[in-house]
Amino acid sequence: MTAAVGVLALQGDYEAHAKALQRCGAAPSEVRRVAQLEGLAGLVIPGGESTTLLNLMRDEPWFEALRGFHARGGSVFGTCAGAILVSREVRHPSQDSLGLLDAAIERNAYGRQVDSFETNLEVAGLPAPLSVAFIRAPRFVALGAGVEVMARHAEAPVLVRQGRVVAATFHPEITGADGLHAWWLGTLA
Amino acid sequence: MTDSIGTLRLKTGLAEMLKGGVIMDVTNAEQARIAEDAGACAVMALERVPSDIRKDGGVARMTDPRIIEQIMETVSIPVMAKCRIGHFTEARVLEAMGVDYIDESEVLTPADEEFHVDKHAFTVPFVCGCRNLGEALRRIGEGAAMIRTKGEAGTGNVVEAVRHMRALMAGIKRLTILGPEELMTEAKNLGAPYELVRMVARDGKLPVPNFSAGGIATPADAALMRALGAEANFVGSGIFKSQNPAKVAKAIVRATTHWQDAKIVLEVSKDLGEPMKGLEIGSIPENERLQGRGW
Repeated sequence: MTAAVGVLALQGDYEAHAKALQRCGAAPSEVRRVAQLEGLAGLVIPGGESTTLLNLMRDEPWFEALRGFHARGGSVFGTCAGAILVSREVRHPSQDSLGLLDAAIERNAYGRQVDSFETNLEVAGLPAPLSVAFIRAPRFVALGAGVEVMARHAEAPVLVRQGRVVAATFHPEITGADGLHAWWLGTLA
Repeated sequence: MTDSIGTLRLKTGLAEMLKGGVIMDVTNAEQARIAEDAGACAVMALERVPSDIRKDGGVARMTDPRIIEQIMETVSIPVMAKCRIGHFTEARVLEAMGVDYIDESEVLTPADEEFHVDKHAFTVPFVCGCRNLGEALRRIGEGAAMIRTKGEAGTGNVVEAVRHMRALMAGIKRLTILGPEELMTEAKNLGAPYELVRMVARDGKLPVPNFSAGGIATPADAALMRALGAEANFVGSGIFKSQNPAKVAKAIVRATTHWQDAKIVLEVSKDLGEPMKGLEIGSIPENERLQGRGW
């Protein structure tokens, strides 16, 4: 019996995340309304456009609901736009965020789409390097003392964890590299 | 190991990030700001929206780079721009500017009536229009990383987008029930690369994201296209040719996300003011229909 997990499905590559979780044996639900958070142990906030997600999150009390979900023991895994949304502070430009992760993050920090890249990452605790994509990726520019760095690229932290919050500035979900999803599901058990 | 750029995975990857969203045509920085504030996941930078291109006539070309630049400086979301079919030099200029996606588009006057751009040769990804599966697979064969229906741009009439999405989805479904020995003949009949035909027969879907465009004017249009299989929507003249662009834009974004929830589509459809004035397709002479451009 695997833990109940959901993928925030307002906009972005939620389907790619759902498929990765399915390949790891989970049965993720798509979460489009606040009420659908009920009963979940973990939520993935996918890649997409963080401004679009923020905009759609104003239609319901999403901030309150997600902070409550986390406070009551829920785990959150954010990739790219998801990492932006969970951070404490967002720069370039400044925008609202959930503040579940003690980090400052800069949007589109590597440039535009022509600067997007694929790479292999060594991740602490994973047996094999992870093949991942950085797409118009953000970059962590400051991390609080309680934040653990799980992977770096060119010295910059790209995968971090603080308690029940995991955030990646890259996409493990579109390359078929399921190691990180499998590991995350393991943390929920 | 060294990092790689411009891979197909990165090109389709950006399209993955746009799924469930709305890409809006904008003609200046102010409109781009309105689009971003309404929840657009990307904007298409244009000199004129398709309904004006249709009205003005003449040759429609790549937009003045200065306009595109101003839009890129204004918003933080991806910025797309159009090049003429076959005009690989316009495409190189757009790539050099750093636009995030190029639409090799039938909305502009084709520069080449025989050949499309070799899109594999670029780092920047391309989206192309299609009317059916064969056309979609030819463009993917040339390197397109995203497919959209052509519809009939600038009409505010969704009927052609519906026709093209239905034809595309029917073509895909048909491949999944054919036997392996039937696929080469099907590839010949479709005028599509055999390897891509095999891939679609195996997966039951296109190997790249499949979006909709060409005539969406209301939230219900947007939800309809999602229901028919579109993974995201392009909206052109439908927003900035309506009476209340900010409100229509916001409503279409909601309908695209919550397309399965008729109550939400209902709520956002109220009090939007006059939508853009639509055009009956039958009233447009065959040779003035944009969808016939490209092959």
